[in-house]
Amino acid sequence: MHADPAVEVTGLVKRYGDKTAVDGLDLAIARGSVTAVLGPNGAGKTTTIETCEGYRRPDAGTVRVLGLDPVAQAGRLRPRIGVMLQSGGVYAGARALEMLRHTAALYADPLPVGPLAERLGLDSCGRTPYRRLSGGQQQRLALAMAVVGRPELVFLDEPTAGLDPQARRATWELVSELRAAGVTVVLTTHQMDEAEQLADDVAIVDRGRVIAQGSPDELRGSDAQLRFDGPAGLDLAGLRKVLPDAASVTEAAPGSYRVEAALDAALLAAVTGWCADAGVMPDKLAVQRRSLEDVFLDLTGRELR
Amino acid sequence: MTATDLTPRPGAAPVGRMLLAQTALETRMLLRNGEQLLLTVVIPTVLLVLFSAVDVVAVDGPGKRVDFLAPGLLALAVMSTAFTGQAIATGFERRYGVLKRLGATPLPRWALLTAKTGCVLVTELLQVLLLSAIALGLGWSPHGNPLAVLLLLVLGTAAFSGLGLLMAGTLRAEATLAGANLVFILLLLAGGVVVPLSKFPDAVRPVLELLPISALSDGLRSVLQLGHGTPWADLGILAVWSVLGLAAAARFFRWE
Repeated sequence: MHADPAVEVTGLVKRYGDKTAVDGLDLAIARGSVTAVLGPNGAGKTTTIETCEGYRRPDAGTVRVLGLDPVAQAGRLRPRIGVMLQSGGVYAGARALEMLRHTAALYADPLPVGPLAERLGLDSCGRTPYRRLSGGQQQRLALAMAVVGRPELVFLDEPTAGLDPQARRATWELVSELRAAGVTVVLTTHQMDEAEQLADDVAIVDRGRVIAQGSPDELRGSDAQLRFDGPAGLDLAGLRKVLPDAASVTEAAPGSYRVEAALDAALLAAVTGWCADAGVMPDKLAVQRRSLEDVFLDLTGRELR
Repeated sequence: MTATDLTPRPGAAPVGRMLLAQTALETRMLLRNGEQLLLTVVIPTVLLVLFSAVDVVAVDGPGKRVDFLAPGLLALAVMSTAFTGQAIATGFERRYGVLKRLGATPLPRWALLTAKTGCVLVTELLQVLLLSAIALGLGWSPHGNPLAVLLLLVLGTAAFSGLGLLMAGTLRAEATLAGANLVFILLLLAGGVVVPLSKFPDAVRPVLELLPISALSDGLRSVLQLGHGTPWADLGILAVWSVLGLAAAARFFRWE
């Protein structure tokens, strides 16, 4: 394990004409981790990733990938990274396996093409020209091309967009295995469950900046909500007495109760104990943690952009 | 499903292996593409056979009709591959992100362009062999120094590649498709390929003679049909187009 990060972005600014796509973005990605970059459309995710891949020159700030400048030292960096673009990247007339074999031939010690194609379900369409592959097959081919060179670091831009559940699962498994093998993975996604499942670290990007970063658990926080249904109009003052001062108890709708607090087993016991004393059956009792989606929507707002 | 050993072992392949693989892939893509074959094989062959057999164009100079036509269609073959075909293919590769994706692999840009040149040269070799065989079958009797012919073909390729890449790297793919085909037809008609430049009015002829296709067809004709020595003036025109075209392509080509 290296102490220095795999990716270090400091004060990155990138403008297109008078539009600022990235506006002073800071991001550090630890070696060997899986990092999900989340953000609304147009937040600057792809621009940031493509700057790390060496496609764009920063207008301000610095970008270091595996300790290298992605533009000035591209020749040394490219053999060490794998890239999956959001779409395209393959000759329209190239067959799936032909393109994967060709990509493999550009690396010193590539993965065996056959088993990789098989596990991503590309063997059955191996002789199909790219333009006739389904969207999901095109995505899986792009993923295979990103990892075939045995990179230390892979950038996956929306790797599961448009995939069916089976292909999504195969992609997740591959990402988990990459992580287990010590490969650093940076992916962008719109799917919160994907970030929760896969990522060690989540960076939420909005309006060209990272507005929150941490593990899914850290971002969700410890706060949770306890809900139960019962008769309408219960006297909640008694319940408040047996709970910590920081807890809030409300009747959100007639007969529908909410307890918001740092939840633990003792608190749960206090609530059910009070219910038992009051002769109330707490129906539909449920503990609900904030989901990453709640965090995301709280941070980036709910309006459409 | 077996587990794959994904342990990082990064590194670029030796550059020779990359070049060979890329050249082979580019050549396969071209030979598999029906529209490209129409342009590079069918059209020059049909024109050669048709105009040699049928007296529809007034040819110039000594010998049989095929002695005038064969050098012109060799020039057309070079233009069809190095300019039209390369411009259209590269334009769509740019549009579909192929150039962008290859840019993230260890393949250096110079190696990609070298591979494209290699693909053009392989295709031209096949075209020259095919057209020469057909022309010889039609009674063609070529003259002159083969080295002068080779020099003309190489400089013609450089000139047309520069212009083709300039177009592919600056225009939208659809505009390149339309433009490259239009230029192909205009230069086929007005570049001394099948219609002698002597048939054009005196006012426009000096301008037409400066076109790369005119320099190439005229140079090939002066060697192969007339048996003259190295056509330096035509080579000079092609050299100027090569420098201008390649420099402009290097300056303005956009990879995305």
